[in-house]
This record gives sequence, structure tokens and C-alpha cells, in this order.
Amino acid sequence: MNTEIALFLIQDGLTNGAIYALLALALVLVFAVTRVIFIPQGEFVAYGALTLASLQLGKLPGTAWLLLGAGLAVAVLELVQALRLGLVRRVPLILLKYLVLPAALLALAWWAAPQKPALTLQVLLALGLVVPLGPMVYRLAYQPLANASVLVLLIISVAVHFAMTGMGLVFFGAEGSRTPSFSDAQWKLGVLNVSGQSLWVMGSSLALILALLLFFEHTIYGKALRATAINRIGARLVGVSPAMAGKLSFTLAALIGALSGILIAPITTIYYDSGFLIGLKGFVGAIVGGLVSYPIAAAGALLVGLLEAYASFWASAYKEVIVFTLIIPVLIWRSFTTHHIEEEEE
Amino acid sequence: MSRARMALGLFLAFLLAAPLVLPEFHVTLLNYIGLYSIVALGLVLLTGIGGLTSFGQAAFVGMGAYTSAYLCTAYGLSPWLTLAIGLALTFAVSLFLGFITLRLSGHYLPLGTIAWGISLFYLFGNMEFLGGYTGISSLPEINLLGRTLDTGREFNYLIWGLVLLALWSMRNLLDSRSGRAIRALKGGGLMAESFGVNTARMKIIIFVYAALLASLSGWLYAHLLRFVNPTPFSINAGIEYLFMAVVGGAASVWGAVVGAGILTVLKQWLQDLLPKLLGQSGNFEMIVFGVLLVLLLQRAREGIMPLAVRYFPAPRKQLPVASRQLQRRSQPVAGEPLLTLNGVRKVFGGLVAVNDLSFSMSSGEILGLIGPNGAGKSTVFNLVTGVLPLTGGEVHFRGTRLDTLSARAIVPHGVARTFQQVHLLPTMSVLENVAIGAHLRGKKGVISAALRLERAEEAMLIADAARQLERVGLAASMHEPAGSLALGQQRVLEIARALCADPVLLLLDEPAAGLRYQEKRALAELLRKLKSEGMSVLLVEHDMDFVMNLVDRLVVMDFGEKLAEGLPRAIQSDPRVLEAYLGGVI
Repeated sequence: MNTEIALFLIQDGLTNGAIYALLALALVLVFAVTRVIFIPQGEFVAYGALTLASLQLGKLPGTAWLLLGAGLAVAVLELVQALRLGLVRRVPLILLKYLVLPAALLALAWWAAPQKPALTLQVLLALGLVVPLGPMVYRLAYQPLANASVLVLLIISVAVHFAMTGMGLVFFGAEGSRTPSFSDAQWKLGVLNVSGQSLWVMGSSLALILALLLFFEHTIYGKALRATAINRIGARLVGVSPAMAGKLSFTLAALIGALSGILIAPITTIYYDSGFLIGLKGFVGAIVGGLVSYPIAAAGALLVGLLEAYASFWASAYKEVIVFTLIIPVLIWRSFTTHHIEEEEE
Repeated sequence: MSRARMALGLFLAFLLAAPLVLPEFHVTLLNYIGLYSIVALGLVLLTGIGGLTSFGQAAFVGMGAYTSAYLCTAYGLSPWLTLAIGLALTFAVSLFLGFITLRLSGHYLPLGTIAWGISLFYLFGNMEFLGGYTGISSLPEINLLGRTLDTGREFNYLIWGLVLLALWSMRNLLDSRSGRAIRALKGGGLMAESFGVNTARMKIIIFVYAALLASLSGWLYAHLLRFVNPTPFSINAGIEYLFMAVVGGAASVWGAVVGAGILTVLKQWLQDLLPKLLGQSGNFEMIVFGVLLVLLLQRAREGIMPLAVRYFPAPRKQLPVASRQLQRRSQPVAGEPLLTLNGVRKVFGGLVAVNDLSFSMSSGEILGLIGPNGAGKSTVFNLVTGVLPLTGGEVHFRGTRLDTLSARAIVPHGVARTFQQVHLLPTMSVLENVAIGAHLRGKKGVISAALRLERAEEAMLIADAARQLERVGLAASMHEPAGSLALGQQRVLEIARALCADPVLLLLDEPAAGLRYQEKRALAELLRKLKSEGMSVLLVEHDMDFVMNLVDRLVVMDFGEKLAEGLPRAIQSDPRVLEAYLGGVI
């Protein structure tokens, strides 16, 4: 291996690592706020990438129909609940949020897709179609079980992952897609060729992390999420609704997931089930941080990206084996450094 | 004949006849149900009963299948030998994986299982000598008692014979000393530890047990198809195994067979139906499985079996006849020094919860440790029972230093405790709950339990539990689920459980809290009776009325320090105690 290859692999590793870091942050966020280990994060990556790919082909993405269907299911649940509690005044808002909005997005996508709008508009439309699925999934699958144990919530997550992967197959088919790069620019930096796309990825990741930081530090909703993460009951007593915190954290996770998908789609071919492995690599990073520390999770995810880049150079067939076996030394290390007292659950 | 017996008889008759009369396709389906049942059974033990989740069982199935496939084809070994090698390999790997993950909190195990489930799948697919993604074919047939099992029909008997064996041994295991410890893992870990159960070891045991069952299923699979490739050992298969265990539920070992049966038939049906419906091919049954599982966990978290168990009630078990009694510890003579606290100190951050507390008690005495809320009584209790480590000072009990020992290591010295908030296993019977107290008085382990080789010892343990229930006056409710008792009776049950450990000293943590007047009187009566039988009791309490007429001596604590010590009457008129309880003189 010469310096050129080594540098290229570092660039490649950091590019992928930046995406894993984003996912790791979202996983830590969701776990801290809701205690949900968010396995379906990967499906949002795949949905984001494939929705954008459909739009670029001028086709109506299947996620538009999925959004309408999920909206319908949520609307039914919410209406039943509202009527049972006698809160008729809530009905118009429920209809607006869960039926009119998804229908409007479907109509917009139907009208806009064949005209192939500018890339920025396509990205915004793709996010608009995928991100609302986040809170809807929370409402449908997790909210009724919000007080269950971490393990029950984890099994729910795996079930949701199963269902969403299957739906991905229905709506996007078995063929993979790769979207054109955001930028074809290449810069020569010494012996290294820096590609515009990897700058895009790293830049967007950094920007998103900064935006999250500002959100958590300076907005009331960000503070509410932090409060919930630190003390669920305490936050509830001062008026932070757990359902709101859950939906908000899932919205953020869906946004991060879909955006990661959009960023990674020009680098690698995405299939309906590719998200799972990508999401899990974020997980390996998050576990390095013990599912609680944001900076260590991000560093762990970068490490996963680098390891993957070098593994694919040295032993490409064993790439996945090496990346996922990394979890074993991490677990050994954690098992000797944490003194855990088993909390009683259920 | 009970309904449960009848159903079992019918099922066995069906299993005998099925391979002879059913069409080929249905025999194949039945074979798969049997194979999956074995894996799901391990998960019922691990997840349903033990509260640990694994998505990686398919990897252990693959380990059993690939070990046999490779060794049989490359070296021509006998399938029976490769079965043993496969099980040994699985044992070693699962022991290692269990050791590194089970020390961490609950969710690391499932995440870990997902990760190595994926890495083993890619390993199978990329190893040249394992045939890569095309796999290994032409495996030898299994030879059983001189017969070659070369058709699915004959293989059916082998599979279901092993399923029944696994079910039988699992039922035996759960109905034993080790089984009670395993059933305590979910929701009773702290309690089990304070009666001497090594919960970390128990968790590793059930993890390895489940892995071995999976490996056995893999061996059967490989020799049934006589071909292996990586696909059936992917993480998705691992997830489906877990679904089976959840759908069936842990209320009975048959949940594994029911779950495997339902999911296998449903999958077959959906794989025919959905592609026609959607006009394209693919694993669309995933959607149905996912949605089904979410609904099941939201509406009926215990799975299907609780309904079935209600319909097929198990016949009430007779108490086993014990040939002799459990050996009892020699009790000290009354008045011998028993427990001594010497300058005991506990600091939480900047708060001194217990400040150089010293007192001692002798055998045959009831000593009350009282004080207003927040005085540090419960902290003292946790220090003596080994739940919290001391900051300073020493605790001695009959010449042994207790403060360096863990909760688990303190019980064998003859100290047994109850809990302020009752720690019972609500679905287990009163008798079984009490028998957990006798855990350390039995020696037989998991293997002898699974094979029913420990019945003599088990009878002695159960007989002792029944005797303790008699002693505390709860014998009438012996076979009820513990959760159905009133709070007062649950407190008494905890005392019976502590007595079952054959203690010299009984530690009671606020036994009267939350009890009604009549219940308190009955409890005081019971404690007096135990004292007359020579038992020593240390009672932590803040109910003055309850302790005044009961105890021999009192130690009063306030703000972590000893305020007064003496006879109840003297304490009652001590001005410092009155001030602490009623507030200072204005």
C-alpha cells in the first residue's frame, strides 16, 4: 500500500464514517429520549435514497402512497381516541395533520415528479415524503407501549424493521438505485484526489451536527428533549409530554436517516434492504459510546468507517465480518470497564 | 383423564401416524415445524422465562449444520461424531459470547447477537472450504439403529423424537431447584441473589442451553436436506425464531411448538398468496410478520399460550414424599454474641447516611432498629445484607466478617432477609416461591434436573418449603400463585422463604409497612412464636406501636447516628427519642 492508496482509503472511510456518525447520533438521541433501540433507522436511509432516485427518474415514489396509508392508520387511531375522550375539537387538526397533509404531499409529488425539478427541490420533496413517516411509526408501533421494558421495545423495533423492509420491496422493487453525484468536481491535494461528493457528505454531516447542537442548546423543544433524556418523570411533571418527546425524537431520527440516505445514494447502490446494514454500522459506533455519549458515538462511527475502508482493501470479502466483529472487543472492553447493577425491569 | 393429558395423547398419536398417512408436502412441513420448535424452545427458556433476548440463534443453527456438513464431507466422519463436535464447538462459542455480553445491561445481548449473527452469516458465505454461497452438498444420511434415514417420512420420527425429548427435559428443568432460580431471573434477580443464586452464572447457563438446542436443530437440518448454504442461517431467520418464541409465549414449554407451527404454516400460506396478490415475487410475508408481532406485543404480550393453558389446566401436583429431612444447621445457644456492628459508616457523595454506628445483638433476641423516616435504617439494613458496600467500619457475625462479602455470600452463614417492597414471583406458586429460600441447601445442577436425577433432593427441598409454610400458617394457600395473596400474606410468605434458608438470624425490613391492624397483630404473633423457637430477629421498622410490645431491645437512629439504645420502656420515655419523633420543644 502506498501513501496515495492509504490517503484515498482515509477519505473513503471518513466519508462513510460521517454518515455512520449521523446515524449513531440519531440512535443515541432516540434511545436517550424513548429507550427505543431504533433498528428501523436503516429503513429511513433506504427510503430517503430510493425516494430521491424515483424522483430523479421522474416517477412517483412509492413512499407517497405509504405516507398516505400510514397517515390513514394514525388518523383512525387518533380519531377513536379523541372521540372516546370526548375531544371533538381535536378532530379537524387530526384530519389536517394525518389525512390532508399526506394527501397534499402525494398530489404535489404526483404533479412535480414528471417535471424533474431542480435537485434541491427533489431533495426537499423526498424529505417531505419520508420524514413524516418517523412520528407516524412512533404513534403506531411504540406509543401504545411507551412504558414497556427496553427489551420489549427492542423486539418491536425489529418487527417494525421487518415490516418496513417488506414494504420497501413492495414500493421500490428489488432493483437497486444509484443517484448521480451532487458534484462532479475533483480537486488535487498533493497526491490525493478529493471528490466533491465526499466534501458534500462531510460538510453536510458537520452542518447537521452543528444544527443539532444549536437545537439542543438554544430551543425550548431541544431542551425539552434533553430534559426527557435525563429524567422522564421529572420532565413530565414540568409539562413535557412523553408522546411529544417521542414523536419529536423520531422526526429528528427520520430526518437524519433520510438525509443520510440521500447523501450516500451517489456513493453506493442502495437496495430496499441496504439500510439495515448501514444503520447497524451506526449502531456499532453508538455502542462504542455506550448508547449514551454523543461525541464517543460519533468517534466510534468514524472508526467503523475507516475500518470498513481498510477492510474492503485488504480482505473485501470479509468486510462485513470484520466490521461486525469489532463489536466483540468493544463489548469485552465495556464489560470490564462498566460496573453494572442489574435494574429490575417488569 | 384431564383435558391436558387427552390433548397430549392425541398429539402423540398424530405424530406416530402422520408420516404414514400425510402427503409428502405436509410431512416436509411437519419436519420443519419440528426443527424450528427445537430452536424456539431454547428461546422460550432464554427470552420468555429468563428475560434475555437473542436474535442470533440462526447463527448457532448454522454452526451445528456447517460443522457436520464440513466434517462429514471433507473427512468422512460419522454424523453422530460430528453432532458431538458441533455441540462442543457451539458450547465453547456461546460460553465466550455469553461471558462478554451478559455482564452488561440487558440490551447489549440482543444487539451483540444481531452483530455476530450477521458476521457469522458472511463468514459462512465467504469461506472457501465451506463452499461459499453455493454451500456444501451430498451430506451423508443418518444411520439410526441400523436403519438409514433417507426419506423425510423416516426422518420425521427422529426430529419429533428429539423435540419431545427436548420438551420433556425443559419441563423437568423448570420444575427444579435450578429451574426456580432461572424463573427468578426475570424480575427477581436481587431476591434470587440474596438467597444465594448466582444469577450471572444462571444467565450464561440458559444462553448456552439455548445455543446447544439451536445447534442440534442445525445438525438435523443439514442431514435432512443433505445440503447446506448460508441463506437459512441469516439474521432474518434469527429474527423469525424469536418471533416464534414470542408468538407462542412462555406460559408453557409447548409455546415453542405452537409458535413454530403457526409461523411456519402462516409463512407457507403467505408465500403462496402475497406474490399473486401483489403481482411480483419477494419475501412479502415479512410485512405481515412485522405488523402481527407489533399488534401481539401491544395487545397480548404473553403470547398465545396463556389462553391454551387456561383451557388445558395442569392437574394439581401432589407433594412429593421425602425420605428424610434436609440437614439443619446447629443453632447457637441463647445469649451467645451474634451480630456486631463496629463503627459502620456509609457516605453517598457528600451525605453521611450512616455515621459510625455500633451496636450488637445476641442470639435468641428480637432487636428493633427504629428511627424517623430518613434516619438511615434501610441503609444499615442494606449494609448488613451486602447489597451496598461499606465506606468504613466492620460487621461481624458469629466470628465471620460480613462486610467484605456480597449478598450471595452472606446467606450461607445463616443470615436471611425479607424485603421492604415484597420481591415475589407472582405467577409461581406460593410453595415454589418459598422453596427458592432453600436454594443453597440443595446441590444438584441443571443437567441432573433436566434428566430427573435429583428427585430425592427435590422432594426434601419441597418438603422443607411446605414445613415452613405450615410454621407461618400459610399452608392452605400453598398451591395458589403468589401474586394472588394479600399484602399481609405476601409479607408472611417472605418470612417463610427466609426461614427456608435455615437461618440463625432473620433480618426483616419494615415488615409491618402497609399492613392493616389485624395483619400487624398476626405478624407480631408469628414473630413471637419464632422467637420462642429460638430464632433471632433484627427488625427495621418505623412503626413504634408495632415494635414496642414485640422486641426485647431497641436501637434508635436519627440522622445516621445512634440516638439511644435500651429496653422499649426506657426508650419510650427518653426525651431525645421523643424529640426526634415528635419535634423539638418550642
